[in-house]
Formats: sequence, C-alpha cells, structure tokens
Amino acid sequence: MIKQVPNPLIEVHDLTVSYHTKPVLWNIDFSISKGQLVGIIGPNGAGKSTLLKSIMGLIEPQSGYVKIFDKNIDEIRDRVSYVPQRESVDWDFPASALDVVLMGRYSRKSWFKRYTKLDREIAFESLDKVNMKAFANRQISQLSGGQQQRVFLARALAQQTELYLMDEPFAGVDASTEESILQLLIKMTKEGKTILVVHHDLQTAFKYFDWMVMLNTSLIASCPSADAMTEEVIQNTYGGKLPLLSTISNLIKQKNLPIRE
Amino acid sequence: MLETLKEFFSFTDANVTFVMIGSILIGASSAVVGCFSVLRKRALIGDVISHSVLPGICIAFLLFNSKNPFVLLGGAFLSGWLSIIWVDYIERNSNIKSDAAIGIVLSVFFGAGILILTVIQHSGNAAQSGLDHFIFGNIASMLRQDLYVLSGMSLFLLIIILLFYKPFVYISFDRNYAVSLGMPVRFYDFMLSSITVLAVTVGIQAVGVVLMSALLITPAVAARFLTSKLNYMLLIAALISSVCCIIGTFISYTAPSMPTGPWIIVVLMLLSMLAVFFSPSRGILINKWRQQKNYRKILEENVLKLLFQLCEKTGFKEQEWNISQMLDKRNMGEQQLKQTLRRLEKKGLVEKKSAEWTATVNGVIIGKRMVRLHRLWEVYLTQYLKLPSDHVHETAEAMEHILNPELEAQLETILNKPEFDPHNSKIPYQDE
Repeated sequence: MIKQVPNPLIEVHDLTVSYHTKPVLWNIDFSISKGQLVGIIGPNGAGKSTLLKSIMGLIEPQSGYVKIFDKNIDEIRDRVSYVPQRESVDWDFPASALDVVLMGRYSRKSWFKRYTKLDREIAFESLDKVNMKAFANRQISQLSGGQQQRVFLARALAQQTELYLMDEPFAGVDASTEESILQLLIKMTKEGKTILVVHHDLQTAFKYFDWMVMLNTSLIASCPSADAMTEEVIQNTYGGKLPLLSTISNLIKQKNLPIRE
Repeated sequence: MLETLKEFFSFTDANVTFVMIGSILIGASSAVVGCFSVLRKRALIGDVISHSVLPGICIAFLLFNSKNPFVLLGGAFLSGWLSIIWVDYIERNSNIKSDAAIGIVLSVFFGAGILILTVIQHSGNAAQSGLDHFIFGNIASMLRQDLYVLSGMSLFLLIIILLFYKPFVYISFDRNYAVSLGMPVRFYDFMLSSITVLAVTVGIQAVGVVLMSALLITPAVAARFLTSKLNYMLLIAALISSVCCIIGTFISYTAPSMPTGPWIIVVLMLLSMLAVFFSPSRGILINKWRQQKNYRKILEENVLKLLFQLCEKTGFKEQEWNISQMLDKRNMGEQQLKQTLRRLEKKGLVEKKSAEWTATVNGVIIGKRMVRLHRLWEVYLTQYLKLPSDHVHETAEAMEHILNPELEAQLETILNKPEFDPHNSKIPYQDE
C-alpha cells in the first residue's frame, strides 16, 4: 500500500542506508505532501530513526536521494527543524532549559553574535507552547524525562520552520502531556506546517496521524492512516523481518561486501 | 620564605612578572580548552596528544638543530595532530574501541619520543640541554623569548574560544542537531581538535607531557562541581588552573631543583579535591550531610508514628510510654531510640515525664500524618497496582516519609478519602 502524492514536499527516492556496512533500510521510496501529520511506525530496529536521520542529511545513504521542497537538504536547512531522540545527548551538560531552546535561534549569518531580544521572546514563546515557561531557568539536569523532551520540542519550535522531523517526541512523557503535545502538532499542521513523527505505539498511531509510513527495514506502507489499518499491513510491519533480507544483511556485514557496485 | 614570597609577588623583578603572566595565560588557556574536551566526553584525547608531541619535538630539533620555540612547537603540533588522526582512523576502520585505540597510539608515540630523545642526549650535541624539560615542564627557567611565544599562543587560544564560543557549545551539547541547523560542524570539529593540540603543545612547557592531561581535565572537572553554568565553568576552571600554575612556578622559582609540573599538578589535585568534597551543590560532603539529615528525619518521624500507634492501640486512654514499651512495638536500637527522643524533645515534639514519654500536640500531628500516609499508600497500592494486601507494607513504610502535602491531597482525592486501610485499620485524618 504505497501511495505517491503529486507535488510532494518530501520525496524519498529509492533510499538504501547501511550502518557499518550492514544495510538497515532497503530501497525506501515514498512521498509526503504539505500540511500532513505523518507517523513513521515500525518495530524496534525497523530503521525509523535512521530514515529520519537520512532525510535530515545526518547519514550518507548508500544509494537513492531525498528531496525536500524539491531541493537538496543542505540548501534548505533553515526551513526544516529536527528533534533528536532525548537519549542522544548528555543531560548533565551545564545549561538551562532556555539555553537549549535558544539554540533553535541559530542563524548562519550571525553565528558569533549574542541572541537578540526577539530571539529570547521567541524562545520563551516556544517554551510556553509546551507548558515549560516556568522552567526556563532550570538546569536541564534537574528536569524530568518528559520535561527534557518538551525542551527539545521547544527548541525546534523556536526555529519557526515549515517542516519538522521529530524522533520519538512522545517517549517518556505522561498521558496528559502527550495529549497536549498532540494538540499542538495538530494545530501546527492546520497552519500549513508538515510534521513527521517517529512513533512506536501502534495503538495510538492510527488515532494521531493523517498519514502513515510503515517501516520494517523495507517500506511496508505509505498512505492515509485509514488505508494502513489493514491486517496485512500490520502483519507485514510487525510480523518479523523478511527472512531473506535479514540473511542477506548479515551476509553483507560478515563478508564486508558492498551493497552497491 | 616570606622574603622570597614578597620578592616573587612584588613584581620588582621583571623576569618574575613575565613568568607569572605566562603561567596565568598557559593555565587559563589549557583549562578553558579542557572544559570542552570534558563536555564532549573526549577527556582522554588530551592524554594522547600530550604523549604524542614528544617525538615531534625531538624530530624538529634533529632536523633544524635549533630550539627556536616555533620550530619545536611546530613539530609538537604536527605530531599531536597526527595522533588524533590515527586514533580516529583506528576507531573508524576496525572493531577496536576508542579506549584501546588511545592506549595503542599514546604508547607508540611516547615510546618513539623517548627513544629519539635518548639518542639526542647521547649524541654529544651541546644545544640539546633543556629538551628534557618537556617531560616534566619548567616555566621558571624559560627564556624570555620562549615565554613571549607561549603567552601569545595562550592568548590566541582564549580569543578563539571567545569568538567561537557559541558554535563550540552547540557541537559539544548536540552535534547532530548542529548539523541539522546547517552549521559547518566538520570545520568546528577541526577547530576544536586544533586548539586542543595547541593548548597541549603550549601547556607541556609548564607541566610536561606526562602530566599535561591533568592540567587539561582537572580544572574542568573541579569547576563542574562548583557551577552549573557553562560560562562560569570556563571562568572557574581558568581561575583554578592559573592559581595552581602560579604556585607551581613560585615553588620552582624558590627551589630551582624542584620540577614545576609535578608541583602544579599536586596543588591542582588538592584544590580539585576541595571542590569535589566541599562543593555546596554537588559536593560529596553535602550529599552525605543530606543523607544523614534524611536518615534522622525518618527516625524522628518513625518514633512519633510509634507513639501515635501505641496510643491508638489503647483507644488513646494511655498516652505515656516508657522505653521498653516502645522497643516492644518497634524493632530499633535502644541508643538510637533514646537519641531520637532527645532530639524530638529539643524540637518540642515530645515531653518526658519521669521515665515516660508523650508526644506534644505538634508531635501528635506528625505521628498521625505518618500513620495516615502509610495507610493511604497501602490503599493506593492495593487499588491501583492490584497488589495483595500482604505485599504493601514495606513500600508504604518508605513512602510515608516521601509524600509531600500536595501528593497527600492528590492521594486523598483519587482514593476518595477511604475510611480503612487494606488491613482494616482506621485511617486517621487530621480534622478528626
């Protein structure tokens, strides 16, 4: 069930990605249109984060390409913001919540300048949107996991971009926070923003997202949520990897073979 | 001693003044650079670089037959960089992990360095004297011209960090995010590595190759104990390091046979230990004190609870209890009980009448609250976690000391103020 859309905002074309020679994504090919709340769904090790990182240009693909706004990511970085996984950084770093959110106000033109008053206002606004304004001056090491997650979200909001890529933004947040973040995301898509969210909970996924990208090393589905809700799609996504593909992946790793000539 | 101290710090001797300024700058620059090494979790990289500059220095000396600081530091800089590249290469292209790669590269370079140094020393070349200062460092006996160069380089390092502070912080905290912002991260990586090599190259003049990584890392670690703000951390690290460099230099000024480096590091270690132990926010001592305080609070609350439970049993007909009655009810040391009672007496929470103790009005409030929280938590566990009633006591025993009034109010609301706990004991509310 892979539906290509006309005039896509993101076009992922035949993407194959390896980690240390072992292929983790095989020939991923899909497109996303503007203003959608997209869920990237799949079991552990399906390559969800890798896909996000590849779209973000953080990992070099073995083959294939990604176009955003019909351009290479490096040309339009100021129009895309990224929310990494919370565990990817050391939260004992000496910084306050506000310090982290202000990082979203980086500008290539004035990287050495101090933050302006406007930068600070936007950072506070972003913290306010995720209900974290009261914690602006708190050390990040003293925040709870859910609060740290919201700081990361606020940092991306502070970038004020059109496209957001979020890696597990609901991990470790409580139910009421999850609901309020979801409402925020829905509101943003109504304003015309496009949001890709890596999510691990299948139960809530169908409820949350307009569009689903279902992954399990290979692409299982990319279609409106309602269409993805079939037993076949779910079985293919969660029913274990294709055995032949896993065997080949392991072989390539063991023998150090190239995946492309 | 006092005379030399006066002489040293009076700045009448121009030489001394230069040595002082040099020490401050070298100490500050290596500490500030070290903060970024620590924050990027690359603390050991300083160790590799410092051991690896030795062959560079020796080869440069052999090639140019000169001890011109630019020649020697140039050689040091090159071989320092080479070592980083090598470590990176091993990590990237093999299964060898970073710590092993560092171990390999460090010892190969240092071994080669010592080898070449020995050859030079036995060659009968008169110009070579002083090369061994690189092993343990010596600022005090340095030539004026060398000192200018080192101070200049330290100043340069500090200016670079000041200038690139923002991007350096970004890539230290979250490198991937920095890439996503479109920062030239590789360039900043290169910059950070280069200034680390440069800081080591400069710093070895003060403390020598073997101890250099301590000068890089220790001030940063100590400073982290004293502050949670990055700019203060850099400042405090620089301050600590400068002070230690001055002290070390002073010692080798008064006793020229004393090696500067080891003295600097010993003083540095002492100061850092002070920070680690006595830091008001994260220090080991304050942590112990907090634990002790919590422990005592728990004991006190337990004794008040005990008094309440004893009264409860008799339907509050009897309110005064002696030590052995209390010990019968609760298993604790007699000494401990007596000490706790004495502390409670001082706080006005219990009173002693002849050999018997009774809780005051305020004491009863606390004791009652403990019993209430204990029982409420037991109800919560049985209802919400579906635990059988004989599995809930232990957790409740700890929880009663943790729950604050807000959580207590929440608990009462969600449980709808239950009348009895799972063991059918009545839950005593404050207004009853």
